[in-house]
Amino acid sequence: MSIDRRSLLKGLAAAGAGAAATAAAPVEASAKAQAPADALGMLYDATRCIGCKSCVVACKQANDMPPETATFPDGLWDAPIDLSGKTRNIIKLYKGDDEQSYMKAQCMHCIDPACARACMIGAYRKREHGIVTWDGSRCIGCRYCQVACPYEIPKFQWDTATPKMVKCEMCNHLIAVGKGPACCAVCPAKAVIFGKYDELLADARQRLADHPDRYIPKIYGEHDGGGTQVLYLAGVDFPKLGLPELSDEPAGEIAQKVQHTAYKGFIAPVVLYGVLGAVLWRNRRSAGKEDQP
Amino acid sequence: MTHQARAVGGPLLTRPFTILLGLLAAWFILLIWRFGAGIGAVSGLSDGYPWGIWIAFDVVTGTALACGGYAVAILCYILNKGKYHPLVRPALLTSALGYSLAALAIIIDVGRPWYIWKIPIGGIPGVWHYNWNSALLEVALCVMAYVGVLWIELSPAFLEKWKDSAKSQWLRNFSAAGLKFFDKALIWIIALGLLLPTMHQSSLGTVMLLAGWKLHPLWNTAMIPLLFLISCIGMGYGVVVLESAVSSRVFKRQRETSMLVSLSGAIVVVLVAYTALRFADILIQGKAGLMFRFDMYTVLFWIEMALFIVPAVMLLRRKDFGTILQAAILIILGGSMYRFDAYIAAYNPGSNWAYFPSVPELLITVGAIALEITLYIVIVKRFPILAGGEPAVSTR
Repeated sequence: MSIDRRSLLKGLAAAGAGAAATAAAPVEASAKAQAPADALGMLYDATRCIGCKSCVVACKQANDMPPETATFPDGLWDAPIDLSGKTRNIIKLYKGDDEQSYMKAQCMHCIDPACARACMIGAYRKREHGIVTWDGSRCIGCRYCQVACPYEIPKFQWDTATPKMVKCEMCNHLIAVGKGPACCAVCPAKAVIFGKYDELLADARQRLADHPDRYIPKIYGEHDGGGTQVLYLAGVDFPKLGLPELSDEPAGEIAQKVQHTAYKGFIAPVVLYGVLGAVLWRNRRSAGKEDQP
Repeated sequence: MTHQARAVGGPLLTRPFTILLGLLAAWFILLIWRFGAGIGAVSGLSDGYPWGIWIAFDVVTGTALACGGYAVAILCYILNKGKYHPLVRPALLTSALGYSLAALAIIIDVGRPWYIWKIPIGGIPGVWHYNWNSALLEVALCVMAYVGVLWIELSPAFLEKWKDSAKSQWLRNFSAAGLKFFDKALIWIIALGLLLPTMHQSSLGTVMLLAGWKLHPLWNTAMIPLLFLISCIGMGYGVVVLESAVSSRVFKRQRETSMLVSLSGAIVVVLVAYTALRFADILIQGKAGLMFRFDMYTVLFWIEMALFIVPAVMLLRRKDFGTILQAAILIILGGSMYRFDAYIAAYNPGSNWAYFPSVPELLITVGAIALEITLYIVIVKRFPILAGGEPAVSTR
């Protein structure tokens, strides 16, 4: 029995210095991101939606996405059951005991997106008008974005050897030619509308003020998860529609603080390397020639 | 008895070895299927569970099990316990193999592997852009670098053999020169070999912080990097003990009992540190109630904790070879379960998703393990890795 516990603990502490700094040091408060000045967005009002799914069809056409006929044996229907590698936008229905509501699921275009924080080489970026895009020339398909997204939006094409990540990009190819997203253009009930983020937010506030009886008193996405450029109004609780209860901090805030604290300026790793080298040097001198593994 | 490392020797094509080759053949066929038909065709993965056993076992658990080299190096070089030197080479070999196989598993798992070269060169300005906020990027870069460092750390074993017995004069000279260089430079390589696992084993925990609400609060804590780091050191020691026991049995060599007995003191410290930190963190964050909900997560949590506490108690009470071996196995299970829980079992993307690995998916993991064992056997039989005693099998 010759292990000296104290020296082992000291060694553990030295080896763990990088990670320990993570936990112990006070984390810097990062300024909360704001939507860019030219931000565009969408406002979906579930109480106006009639569930016609025109937007699902229009989205597929505008983005050239293949149909999903697998759930119907006769293969005659394009009837996706959820967002997938073939479907960027879908209308769902929540039916409770004495309430029901439609729900439009799509990318929320977060003000501070978790997918962009996760991605190793910046395949996800917030670009013109704050639209969150996926860049196939950078993606290696690691799927960390799927782990990170609190809304579970990015979908992977599991059935091909050359897969892509699929999600709503607000029809940025149409916006570039002066049009708007296909879903908003086609909606007969004006349940989903497209516009400047600030104006949509003001519109949503006005609707809440005008018809307090009609809505849950909350604009989902105004603050949730650090805010999103796609905003929701509804008459039933948002978690029932599949929108998670999030804090007002961006989804990746804690992870980023931990990472930044440990690796700020890459000082801790360099210092640790120097210390390890110095200890090895000293030990080698004291141990003589024995130190070759 | 000598501590000089020697090749075990003996024939390669034994019966267990042919079974391994059979598993490798199946593995190879499944890989053709995976790269031909896509990940969905061979795996149980889904948009809800984008990461399965290839990540949770091959990469996350596999590299932690491969921390033997890291754990023994801390003991040997930082704490200056030179008597553990005979454990270094076998530990480095399992580490080098484990990490290399983890890197291979990543290539199998990523959906668009034809772009994977963008990771090593992504830092070139104006070409591609590293996202330094990504814990996964740090893991990827460190693991790549560490694979190289491990083989360099291990290379004296190969150079020593070639120096004396290589057929070409050039290789003999190269090996002699290489060994001289290592005599000077090795401590800076060893330092790198200590720094890199410290960085990425903790970051493997940080990765899952971004899962947010999907990861159960008993696992989702800012302490997760430190918990991953401490537990990987424990697992590293566990693997060193297991490896020593198995190779002394399989290759009929002398047991390193006295060394393993004193190693058990180090193991206890690691186990106590992990357990204390985990409980303290849960209490400080006011999550104590979650430990007593008696749902699935509570059960997983307590099994995990038992796998850390029980071996600590065992080692405090008795220190014979059998006890140490049993404790080592429990620690390996505990650390592995902690990783499986953080990456799969305590990861809940919602009730409409479920994950269980498919048979081909499992066989691809089994194939990788078979490859690792195959390479281990070949290398210890042909190169000076294991220390001590006369080889029992006839040498050629």
